[in-house]
Amino acid sequence: MSDTQAHSVAYVRDTMLPQQPAPAGQSGAVQWLRENLFSGWLNTLLTLLGVALIYTLVMHFLPWFLHGVWDANSIKECRTIITDRYGEGATGACWAVIRERWHQFIFGFYPPELYWRPILTFLLLFVAVGPLLFTWVPRVLAWFTPVYPFLAVWLLWGGSGWTPVMIFAGFVLGAAILLLLSPRLGSIMAFSIGAFVAILYFLFVVGPLIGGLQAILPWGLESVDSAKFGGFLLAITLGVGGIMMSLPLGIVLALGRQSDMPLVKGFSVVFIEFIRGVPLITLLFVASLLLNYFLPPGTNFDIILRVMILVTFFAAAYIAEVIRGGLAALPRGQYEAADALGLDYWKAQRLIILPQALKISIPGIVSTFIGMFKDTTLVVFVGLFDPLKGIPDFIRADFNWKGIYWEPFIFVGAIFFILNFAMSRYSMSLERRLQRDNH
Amino acid sequence: MTEPQFERQVDRSHMQVSDEVAIQIENMNKWYGQFHVLRDIDLTVQRGERIVIAGPSGSGKSTLIRCINRLEEHQAGKIVVDGIELTNDLKNIDKVRREVGMVFQHFNLFPHLTILENLTLAPIWVRKTPKKEAEATAMHYLEKVKIPEQADKYPGQLSGGQQQRVAIARSLCMKPRIMLFDEPTSALDPEMIKEVLDTMIELAEEGMTMLCVTHEMGFAQAVANRVIFMADGQIVEQNNPHDFFNNPKSERTQQFLSQILGH
Repeated sequence: MSDTQAHSVAYVRDTMLPQQPAPAGQSGAVQWLRENLFSGWLNTLLTLLGVALIYTLVMHFLPWFLHGVWDANSIKECRTIITDRYGEGATGACWAVIRERWHQFIFGFYPPELYWRPILTFLLLFVAVGPLLFTWVPRVLAWFTPVYPFLAVWLLWGGSGWTPVMIFAGFVLGAAILLLLSPRLGSIMAFSIGAFVAILYFLFVVGPLIGGLQAILPWGLESVDSAKFGGFLLAITLGVGGIMMSLPLGIVLALGRQSDMPLVKGFSVVFIEFIRGVPLITLLFVASLLLNYFLPPGTNFDIILRVMILVTFFAAAYIAEVIRGGLAALPRGQYEAADALGLDYWKAQRLIILPQALKISIPGIVSTFIGMFKDTTLVVFVGLFDPLKGIPDFIRADFNWKGIYWEPFIFVGAIFFILNFAMSRYSMSLERRLQRDNH
Repeated sequence: MTEPQFERQVDRSHMQVSDEVAIQIENMNKWYGQFHVLRDIDLTVQRGERIVIAGPSGSGKSTLIRCINRLEEHQAGKIVVDGIELTNDLKNIDKVRREVGMVFQHFNLFPHLTILENLTLAPIWVRKTPKKEAEATAMHYLEKVKIPEQADKYPGQLSGGQQQRVAIARSLCMKPRIMLFDEPTSALDPEMIKEVLDTMIELAEEGMTMLCVTHEMGFAQAVANRVIFMADGQIVEQNNPHDFFNNPKSERTQQFLSQILGH
């Protein structure tokens, strides 16, 4: 060997080495335990303390869970059954309240014979968002997506069937004007005219038009008042409505904040900073109290709609900042390449910038959505029956269930967890799907 | 002074400079804040010219060609491209950008689109070409840059040299009359520089009007009909490549050439 070494300062390899497998024996459960839980005296101590803590907690709660009673008509009955079965001083969950009142947690005070309407609305929600969320859903269903919001509002609140049709027609009118005029007048001018005509239509035409049509050809669903909404029906209505409206508004605000036009930029900055600077509860009080002073007397501006608008504003301000982060993360070269190819501002944003910026922002956007969905429970402070406090308090006011405490929280918490966990998992799968561009 | 060499034989039969003016720059000045980056630039480019712009970093050569398609705004003087003067009028800017292709140092492909989508995007959305036709054109240019088999991949899956060739094809899909190259090989590994330069030479052989900021003096020697040397935001010297390399007049040029060629 030393001989070759001496002769071969210049060296030529005559065979290339093939790939070889990594050394074996670097895995296995025992190995894992030793490396992660017992790798030193401090970690061993922490592991043992952790195990002791978990054991104590489980020993405390497990009997309570296992002693649960489903079959009772009041909390007193629950307690009697638990004492009978497990002896004096035994504790146990009284799930009977969930069995008896589950419909109020889900639907609030919605008339039971009309439960099919919220259920249908909920099922149709998946048809409407399917084409947006999953690639395997047939594209044909996408026509249903813009129709859904109008259909959903009508199904939930009822009323004349002409209302959703004519309001939808107003949006179609505005969009048609935009599409027809934009080649001739430019997109900004066409958008202004379209929006102006649509607003005129909504203010002056749509009301009499619906009244007239209803007089000639009456059809519709039984009206349900907003006061009857509660529980998860309320939370999901606010959450889904807020999510659907806050994403587009957030995108517009994020772009506005980057704009060269001082007026647009100024408005966006003030809006975002004001909304982010104020607690959500303040905005909810604005929705319930202040707006009543400002609106002309006699106008009936629905409380759920008011709350939904302010929840939307709140989420949109946060989403705008999340998207701004995504926009800032894009290299300047992407803007320059789009410019150099002759794409105008809106095309560059829609085709090049936003698809990439939104992809970067997915975790932040979904976090905001999850936060907003949970925050819908704050509407209890303006007198609406949210599932976490409004409905349980109402149930506790019943003599039979006075004193029930943990069970509603656990039940409602579990449903929130399922819904939010699903959103979180979806966002992770979406990120993976978009990961293909490893740039 | 030694002349830089380029091993490839260049077919000059179609390289004809016409009398028609492609780009006219008069008295153009540009500032970044207080910093005077471009000073009194006068440059006329005839159709069919292949111009290489060289110079030390910070001399303003990239800024100059970025002014030609208005990626940078000039504050004084006049730039006329293809008979259209560049002003704040967005319509004119869009018109110029449709006629002028640009290739960047860092390729700037769109990472969320496939190679084919990168190529068809602008023809479909800017030129309103039908999708089928745009795809046929795109495949034609991908074959020209010799990577048709990569059409369905994403930019991140390609090597630097391949990405830059895609970027050139992307510009060509818009059927530009003028091509700008902003240091197209500076971000590439040495073994990939040649494939990109070959593509650029083929383009020159077809008579494309080209302005090229580059340090590849062999390319300048083989292809350019004019070499421009810039320093401190000014055009210091311009000449045909033969005289530029063999007989540079200004001291700055001699110094620069000895630095990049004299090893």
